[in-house]
Amino acid sequence: MTTYILRRLLLSIPVIIGILFATFALARLIPSDPCRAMLGEKATDDVCDQFLERHGLNKPIPVQFAVYMGEIFKGDFGNSFRFSMPVTEILSQRLPITIELSLAALSISLLVGIPLGIISAVRHNSWVDVLTMLWANIGVSMPVFWLGLMLAYFFSLTLKGTPFQLPPSGRLSPGLIPDPFFEVWNMTLTEGTTIYIIAEFISRMNILNSILSGDWKVFKDAVQHMVLPAVALSTIPMALIARMSRSSMLEVLGQDYIRTARAKGLKQRTVVIRHALRNALLPIVTVVGLSLGGLLGGAVLTETVFNLAGVGRILYEAITARDYGIVQAFTVVIAVFFVALNLIVDISYAYLDPRIRLN
Amino acid sequence: MGQNLAKLNTETSLDSVSLWGITRKRLFRRKSAVMGMIILGMLILVALTAQWLAPYDPTKSMLDVPDYTGKIEKRLPPCVHAFGCPQSEPQHLMGLDGNIRDEFSRLLYGARISLVIGFATVSFSILIGTVLGALAGYFGGWVDNTIMRVMDVVLAFPSLLLAIAIVTVLGPGLINALIAIGIVSIPAYARVVRGSVLSVREMDYVSATRSLGGNTYEILFRRILPNALTPLIVQGTLGIASAILETAALSFLGLGAQHPTPEWGSMLGQERNQVFTAPHLVFYPGLAIMLTVLAFNLLGDGLRDALDPRLAHVS
Repeated sequence: MTTYILRRLLLSIPVIIGILFATFALARLIPSDPCRAMLGEKATDDVCDQFLERHGLNKPIPVQFAVYMGEIFKGDFGNSFRFSMPVTEILSQRLPITIELSLAALSISLLVGIPLGIISAVRHNSWVDVLTMLWANIGVSMPVFWLGLMLAYFFSLTLKGTPFQLPPSGRLSPGLIPDPFFEVWNMTLTEGTTIYIIAEFISRMNILNSILSGDWKVFKDAVQHMVLPAVALSTIPMALIARMSRSSMLEVLGQDYIRTARAKGLKQRTVVIRHALRNALLPIVTVVGLSLGGLLGGAVLTETVFNLAGVGRILYEAITARDYGIVQAFTVVIAVFFVALNLIVDISYAYLDPRIRLN
Repeated sequence: MGQNLAKLNTETSLDSVSLWGITRKRLFRRKSAVMGMIILGMLILVALTAQWLAPYDPTKSMLDVPDYTGKIEKRLPPCVHAFGCPQSEPQHLMGLDGNIRDEFSRLLYGARISLVIGFATVSFSILIGTVLGALAGYFGGWVDNTIMRVMDVVLAFPSLLLAIAIVTVLGPGLINALIAIGIVSIPAYARVVRGSVLSVREMDYVSATRSLGGNTYEILFRRILPNALTPLIVQGTLGIASAILETAALSFLGLGAQHPTPEWGSMLGQERNQVFTAPHLVFYPGLAIMLTVLAFNLLGDGLRDALDPRLAHVS
């Protein structure tokens, strides 16, 4: 197992270098110079020269790449032109929002998708099965931005005045300011230390923070704001997971050892969960891994529709404003995160299926 | 003996049906695939006849329509005579948009754009993906390593984000959005083709061609690549679905089709802030995108099952 993990880790190094190069190249290929994009069309050549000098943009491209690689390994992503603050700072403010949204969406899609898939496999060709598959097919075909807008319309306008009314945008109701959990706990943390940074990062996830600090009013409000975006974002992965769970379960349920288990007189529940599900899990894990990329892409659209200031939203804004620093840092972080997720998926295969790690 | 053999031959040839014959039979037996084909057929029909079906010019505002007697109002809700809209008002099945254009006409023309988008992007990425995958699978070694590592890098980015980045480099516009989405989907085809090439590269009939003096071109394109056709067709059909969905997303963000092109994603994107006041302008384009994507998904799934030899016993 250790050899397998090490080999897999080594294999991802060239991919990561490729990602770094690709993001660097993409940011440099973006047309029009960053100086005029930042300082306006009327900036004089002198002003622009100074600007390029200050940001090291007048050096030859290979030198810029070397400097950039060196800085990234030190954990320094440079400054954002637009916000004049370190990119890492912006990342630490925005990333929690996207992580919270993606985790909520992923949990919904797993908690609904897998059971639905199992039920429709066990009751093959019943109305539950037909409805699930119909819904799964519609689910993968739905544009997430459309679903988001329609949900917003239905839950905040059509259901206005009913207990089911939900807010159509934002993360918290205006005027509600959550206290970071570490302040509620009276922890004395020095600003700038690693623990402080981690604590602050966690405290920016409103739902988690409100649980930690026991602030149920904020918790309720944050959950209410999260429901619509999370449901919209979860639809495609949920449909994929339900479909894969169903077909994978169907295949396993037709095998001899399941018949043997039934013949032994085991309960249906035991057969399905203990015997069948375990072997059906592998393709499900694959599809979960694959849908994570879609989840991150969908987050851009969901964040746009619901006005959430997450990573996806700011990345999109940074690209249109040619803010190199942010574009590079965010794409690198997202891509590396994605590579890491794929690594975890591969390792969990090896854990679930000994044949993979032995080959 | 000779007679028996001849008899056997005629018998088998009577029974044997072509792959496409079997596939067609199996495809038509699946309700969902038939459903997909019906929706698709209607879409193609609408796309071909849009200029006759559409009551108004999709890019012209009602202000520019001569002798127009109806109310000139931005985002006018739908007026359908069958549902009680007064006969004196001109009929607008899906209302007017923010520029006082007939939404229904724009939607019909949008079918044309979406279908072209789907087929164009997928052809582009199948072409490049097939060449790359075939080279990687056939030559192996460093060629394979280089190509597939580059594909890994492309796959390492969430596809929509990479497409956004590429469009920013190329500049917003429908054609550039197509190229971006084409590039992003190359790895899927390259992998499919590489897999098929690897699985037959060492087979006896390939070695036979080689020993008979067949050149690389003949071996690769005549003997090996036809094996990749079935998975490519399935992947391609499903690929059209995701290409349409992703182009719509880019247009929604303002990076794809530009004003006044009647593209569904951009129609939706332009009116998204009006969802609470004019929901019809968001609802219909989204529904159109969903139906189109659904049709290709259903057909793709049906094709996959129909072309899968492991499911041969089903038919």
